[in-house]
Amino acid sequence: MRGRLFLLSLEGFKMLHKYELNGYRIAIDTNSGAVHVLDKLAYDLLDYASFEMGKEAPEEAYQLGSREDVDVCWSELGELRDRGELFCPDDKRLSSFRTASAPVKSMCLLIAHDCNMKCEYCFADEGCYGGKRNWLPEETAKAAIDFLIEKSGSRHNLEVDFFGGEPLLNFGVVKSTVEYARSLEQKHNKNFRFTITTNGVLLDDDNIEFINREMSNVVMSLDGRKEIHDRIRTKKDGSGTYDAIVPKFQKLVSQRENNAEGKRDYYLRGTFTRHNLDFSNDVFHIAGLGVDQISVEPVVAPDSAPYSLRKEDLPRIFTEYETLAKRIVEDRKNGGYFNFFHFMIDLEGGPCAIKRVKGCGCGNEYVAVAANGDIYPCHQFVGVAGKKMGNVLDGSFDQGMKSEFAKADIFAKTDCQNCWAKFYCSGGCNANNFLYRGDILKPYEISCEMERKRVECAVMIKAALADEEKENDGGKDAV
Amino acid sequence: MSHIKTIAGARLTASVKNGGCGECQASCQSACKTSCTVANQKCENNKNNRRFSPKTQK
Repeated sequence: MRGRLFLLSLEGFKMLHKYELNGYRIAIDTNSGAVHVLDKLAYDLLDYASFEMGKEAPEEAYQLGSREDVDVCWSELGELRDRGELFCPDDKRLSSFRTASAPVKSMCLLIAHDCNMKCEYCFADEGCYGGKRNWLPEETAKAAIDFLIEKSGSRHNLEVDFFGGEPLLNFGVVKSTVEYARSLEQKHNKNFRFTITTNGVLLDDDNIEFINREMSNVVMSLDGRKEIHDRIRTKKDGSGTYDAIVPKFQKLVSQRENNAEGKRDYYLRGTFTRHNLDFSNDVFHIAGLGVDQISVEPVVAPDSAPYSLRKEDLPRIFTEYETLAKRIVEDRKNGGYFNFFHFMIDLEGGPCAIKRVKGCGCGNEYVAVAANGDIYPCHQFVGVAGKKMGNVLDGSFDQGMKSEFAKADIFAKTDCQNCWAKFYCSGGCNANNFLYRGDILKPYEISCEMERKRVECAVMIKAALADEEKENDGGKDAV
Repeated sequence: MSHIKTIAGARLTASVKNGGCGECQASCQSACKTSCTVANQKCENNKNNRRFSPKTQK
């Protein structure tokens, strides 16, 4: 695989990324969002094209093929340029959406600063977030819901994540919080969407029924193969949890109803570390358990951790992503299906450009509330000195810090300006940036490298499946 | 076209006009994900779009 990025600087950046993967030659036009699959001549001819391209190809381009073929291909490239789908200048209108403070509409509710497991890589310090073990009281949870409704303004859809530690430890408060929020929906014209993240140890028939009835999404933590999972995800006594939780996860999934798209909203969610750089095998293992919504993500850890991912691991990680992408293409062409979260991409109906400029929204549209009612920009900031935004019990809320996070958009991240993938990741995870580089505006290069690879794979999958449609359609197109 | 197949048009440019309603999911409900892949989120204005992201390495 090889890739190339064009950067021209007349009338704003015109960015185009081209690369080859799995036999597909692909060009991504950053500013328009257009994606093209090219034959070899068009792919090579792109090296001679630009926003300023004339009607005739430069003489040296004719070495690439017959004069007739080059002329036709050049004309096609020019047509795309004219349609704004190639070498598209950046849209100055987007900058007008900068620094816009928005209503708070999403909340991560830390139900329990406590956990019944002891996972080596846990960023939350076994659920304690560097503090004491603590469970969210019902009254604080209700105050958090009141806070969210008050701060959400005219937003209709509100999201609440039940999180920990392990939220099932304090499941009574999960249930009473859902009941309380539902009781306020009609009065305030709100629609609550709940999610929960669990390690599965305490799942039983009762809470599975409640979760499947009330939660728009459920995230179940499983790292993959038994030996991989049990190495890190252990009980307090050091024993593994794989055998206990997998049947419960399978039961929950089997009882979950389909959404409007005919699929179930849930994820089996794992983490890969330096210990399992062959993580595609963990994805395949999870898929083999009879579930089809899977996410296996890179560990977030300081460089000092023995399991942390390092720059020298990237070639192997890239290979794994490519293996995974090729397998997904193969499976789908053969009628199979499993979804890998990081390869999900909707090229035509995805988020609007404004969303892509604003990024994750933490500290602005999204906050985390700790068990003592303290408010933080997101759950990864919980307990971090200087990042407390207020408290839902006394109503304090630092608007200055909110504005600071609102400004952390893609334009504020100078390292992102020349990145072709900036409208796919929107500047990355602010908490990661803070963890690795001490500044929410400075993205962590290793994360960026992985993100770019994932986008390349995701787009290749789209290209391959479009190719399949073409074949089924009688081969209308030549590419 | 005989040499180029466009699998996605100028979606971003078009969405500048009508986007920004703010009703879609906060893309990174989990900053503990190692990437904030905003592009895999759904637009709330597209019918029946409700997709949620996985969280955390807890």
